[in-house]
Amino acid sequence: MATFDLNVNGKNHQVEVDPATPILWVLRDHLNLVGTKYGCGIAQCGACTIHLNGVAVRSCSLPVSAVGSQAITTIEGLSEAGDHPVQQAWLEHDVPQCGYCQAGQIMNAAAFLKNNPNPTDEAIEAAMNGNICRCGTYTRIKAAIKTAAQSMS
Amino acid sequence: MTLVKTSYNRRSFLKSVTLAGGGMMLSFSWLASCVSNPKKALEMPKEWFELNGYLKIGENGVTTIMSPNPEIGQNVKTSMPMIVAEELDTNWDLVVVEQAPLNTDIFTRQLAGGSQSIRQSWEALRMAGGTARHMLREAAAQAWGVPLAEVTTATGVLYHEPSGRSAGYGEMASAAAQIPVPEEVELKDVKDFKIIRTSRKNVDGQKIVTGQPLYGLDYRKEGMLIAMIAAPPAFGLQLKSVDATAAKAMPGIRDVIVVDAYPEDYEMQWSDVSAFRKLVAVVGDTTWQVMQAKKALQLEWEPLPGGAGTPESTEIQMERMIARAAQPAREMRRDGDPEAAFARAAQVIERSYTAPYLAHNTMEPMNFFAHVTPEKAELVGPIQTPEFMEKSVSQRLGLPLDKIDIQMTRMGGGFGRRLYGHFLVEAAVISQQVQAPIKLIYSREDDMTFGCYRPTYYVTYRAGLDEAGNLIAFHVKGGGIPEQPVFPNRFPAGAVDNYLAEGWTLESNISVGAWRAPRSNFIAGAEQSFLDEVAEAAGKDPIAFRLELLQRAQENPVGERNDYDAARYAGVLELVRDKSGWDQPAEGVSRGASAYFCHNSYVAQVLDMVPRDGKLVVDKVYCAIDCGIVVNPDAAVNMAEGGIIDGIGHAMYSGLTFKNGQPEQNNFHQYRLIRHSEAPKKIEVHFVQNDIHPTGLGEPPLPPAVGALANALYKATGKRFYHQPFISEKQELG
Ligand code: FES
Ligand code: FES
Repeated sequence: MATFDLNVNGKNHQVEVDPATPILWVLRDHLNLVGTKYGCGIAQCGACTIHLNGVAVRSCSLPVSAVGSQAITTIEGLSEAGDHPVQQAWLEHDVPQCGYCQAGQIMNAAAFLKNNPNPTDEAIEAAMNGNICRCGTYTRIKAAIKTAAQSMS
Repeated sequence: MTLVKTSYNRRSFLKSVTLAGGGMMLSFSWLASCVSNPKKALEMPKEWFELNGYLKIGENGVTTIMSPNPEIGQNVKTSMPMIVAEELDTNWDLVVVEQAPLNTDIFTRQLAGGSQSIRQSWEALRMAGGTARHMLREAAAQAWGVPLAEVTTATGVLYHEPSGRSAGYGEMASAAAQIPVPEEVELKDVKDFKIIRTSRKNVDGQKIVTGQPLYGLDYRKEGMLIAMIAAPPAFGLQLKSVDATAAKAMPGIRDVIVVDAYPEDYEMQWSDVSAFRKLVAVVGDTTWQVMQAKKALQLEWEPLPGGAGTPESTEIQMERMIARAAQPAREMRRDGDPEAAFARAAQVIERSYTAPYLAHNTMEPMNFFAHVTPEKAELVGPIQTPEFMEKSVSQRLGLPLDKIDIQMTRMGGGFGRRLYGHFLVEAAVISQQVQAPIKLIYSREDDMTFGCYRPTYYVTYRAGLDEAGNLIAFHVKGGGIPEQPVFPNRFPAGAVDNYLAEGWTLESNISVGAWRAPRSNFIAGAEQSFLDEVAEAAGKDPIAFRLELLQRAQENPVGERNDYDAARYAGVLELVRDKSGWDQPAEGVSRGASAYFCHNSYVAQVLDMVPRDGKLVVDKVYCAIDCGIVVNPDAAVNMAEGGIIDGIGHAMYSGLTFKNGQPEQNNFHQYRLIRHSEAPKKIEVHFVQNDIHPTGLGEPPLPPAVGALANALYKATGKRFYHQPFISEKQELG
C-alpha cells in the first residue's frame, strides 16, 4: 500500500492503494467514478479509455504509480455540462445501443480530434480500431466523429 | 378507428388511481398481447392481468411512463413508451420514461424481451394510452358539460371546438382519475400516427454519453464487498481441493469460500444453465485486490464422474460431427419423393457448412449484486429473466418468493447471454455465506470461458436441378452439438416439390445457450450461400432465382405448414434489388445477395465488396426490411446496422475452440471481434411500408448478412467459403 495524490477532472484526490493497481480500478472502486468501463483488462477493447494530460490511454493497463501528477480526465469530466462537441455529436447521431463501450469511444475520439481536426475516414478507422463495440455501432461512430470534427473547426 | 376491450371476463387489464399530489395514474399490463377479439383466446394467460407498467399524468402535464422492460440495447426503453404516448395523443417533449422496479405492489412481473418485445406489447401499450386519453376526454366533457363526442385531443391538449374551450391534460388529470375505466376504448387509425413512425432519440442518451452509473457493474451499496469466482479451467472438470492460505493473507481479502451454487440435488431450470455447479469465491474490499488474490489460489481439479468428464476438443468434435452426419437422422419434413427426384436430376449439388462455438462477449461482463439475510434476498443487476431467477434463488436459498427482490439495471449488451442467470444465484449464495452485501464480478476471462455458448453446427445441403435448371429436389440435413439448426418449414420448403429436412444432435459437456437469432444465425448463412451456388449451377441470377422460387411458393405452395409469407419475402428481395441497382454494380464491385425470414420479420441484403490497398473491404451493405410498422425509424436503422456488422464480424473472425475441454481463447487478444476498420463503410437501410403490426428487429438483420458476405467473397475471390470463421480459410477484410 502507498499513498497517491491524483488530479482527476481538475480535482485533487488522495488514495491509498497497492502501487500496481490500474487507474481503472482506482477510479471505479476508490473514487466512485464508474463512467470509465471495464471490458477486458488487457488493453484490447478500449472501454476504459481516459485522458492522461490530454492523451488517450487505456486505464486498465496503467498502474496508479505511473501517473504521478499528470492530469486525468474521465468521461465525467470531459465537459462540465456534458456538451463536448463529441458528446453532442453522439447524441445527434443517436449512436449508443447498449451504450457500454461508448464512454471509451467518446474519450478516444475526443483525444484524436484534438490533434486531427480534419480526419479522413481511414484516419478515423485507424485511430478507433482499439475500441470494440460489440453492438456494432461503428458506422454511426464514424459519422459522429465527422460531425464533431466539423463543429470543432 | 378500432375498438378494443379493456377487460376480459369482467377482469380489467387496467387500474386507475388518483395521485397523492394530484394527477392520475393508470396501471396496466405492459406485456399483455390483448386481442381486440377475446373470443379467440379462451384461456387468457394470468400475466395479462398483472399490472406492471404505468403512466402518470401530473397536474403540470408531464407524463411519466414507467417501463418494466429493461434496456439491453434494442432501444425498447424509448420505442415502447412512444407507443403509449401515441395513443395518449400527448406531447413527446413532456414525456419522461423511467425504469420500473420489480416486485413492488404495482409491478409483479417483468420479462426483458428480445426481438419479440414490441410485437407482444403492441396492443397492450396502445390500449393503455388510449384508455388514459378516453378518461381525460370524459373528465373534460363532464367539466364543460358537453357531449363526449365533441371533445377532441391534440398533443396533450383537450379541445371543445364548438365552444372554443381547451385544457391541458394536466388540468384534467385529477378529475380523470375519478372516471371509471371504460370497458372499451378507441385506438387511432394507423394513418393518424404522429409519434410512431417518427425518429425519437434514446431517452438515456445524455446519461450514456456523460458516463452516469446505469449498468450492473456500476451499482454499489454501503458496505458492499467485491467477489470473484474461480471456475474449473475446462469443461468436464470439478473442484478437488482448495488451498487458500496465500490468497487469504493478501491485503483486502476478507474470505475465500467454496460456493456450491447448484448442489447435486438442485433441479436446474432452463435459465440456470451452468456446467460448473461448484466454484471457489474470493471476497475482498476492492476489485483489484480480489483479482490478485484469485491468482494466488492453489486449486486442484478432477474429472467429473462418468462420460461427463470426457474432455472435448474442437478437432475431435468435428470428426464426431462428420461421422454423425453420415448416419440416418430424424426426419422433420418430407414433401413429394425426394430420392426419386434426385435420381432423375440432371445435376446434383451437395455442400456442407460448419460454424464454431461463439461466446456472447457482451461488453459488460456478467455481474450481480446480492445482499442476502435470513429474512430476505436483495439482488440488483443485469438479467433478462428475473421472474425465472426469482424461483431459482428461492429454491436455492429456501426463502419464499416474496422475500426475494430482483432489481434490473441497464445491460451492457445481452445477445441472449443474460437469459441465463447462474451468476445471480452464485452472488446470492456468496452473500449468504459471507453474510455481507457483495457484488460478484466476472473478469473477461471468467466471462468468456464459463460457457452458455452458441452451439457448434454442421449442415449438408443437396439440390437437384433438371435440364432446364429448375430446382426439383432439395434436401437439408443439419446437426450440431448439442442442438440442430434446421427449421424444416422455412424457405425453400413450400417452393420445391420434393423436399426433405432432417436433423441430428450430439451431446457434450460444454454448456450452450441462445445467442442472437438462435440457429438462424448459422443456418441462414449456409442456406443463402448454398442457394447462390445452386443459382449459378442453374445459370440464373441469384436474386431472380430466389424470386422464381418464392413465386412458386406464393402461387402454388407445396405443403401446408410453411412458416413464411412468400409475398413479403419477395417484397424485401425486390426492394433491395431496386435500391442497390443490383443489375448494374459499379466497376470493380463484387456483390453478394441474401434474404432470410426469422422472428416474424423479413430481411434482404446486398453486400458490395471492393479491393482497397491489396485487401478486400465491405464498401456498402444495402438492407431491406419488412418488420411491419416501424415504431422509431432511426433507432430501427441503428439496430439493423448493428445486426449486419455483428453478422459479418462473427462469420468473418470469431470462434471459440477447445483443447482438452479448455477454451483456447479467453480474452480479446485471442478471440477476435470485428473492429472499426473491418466494418462496412456504409449501410443503407430501407423499410417496406405497410400497416402490419410491428415484429422483431433485434435479431432478423443478422442472419442474412453472413450469406451476403459469403456470396460477395465468392465474387471477389472465386472461392466459396464453407467454414466459419472465414478467416480460418485465410481470408481477411480491411
Ligand atoms: S478494459 Fe482496458 S482496454 Fe479493455
Ligand atoms: S453500444 Fe453496446 S458495446 Fe457499443
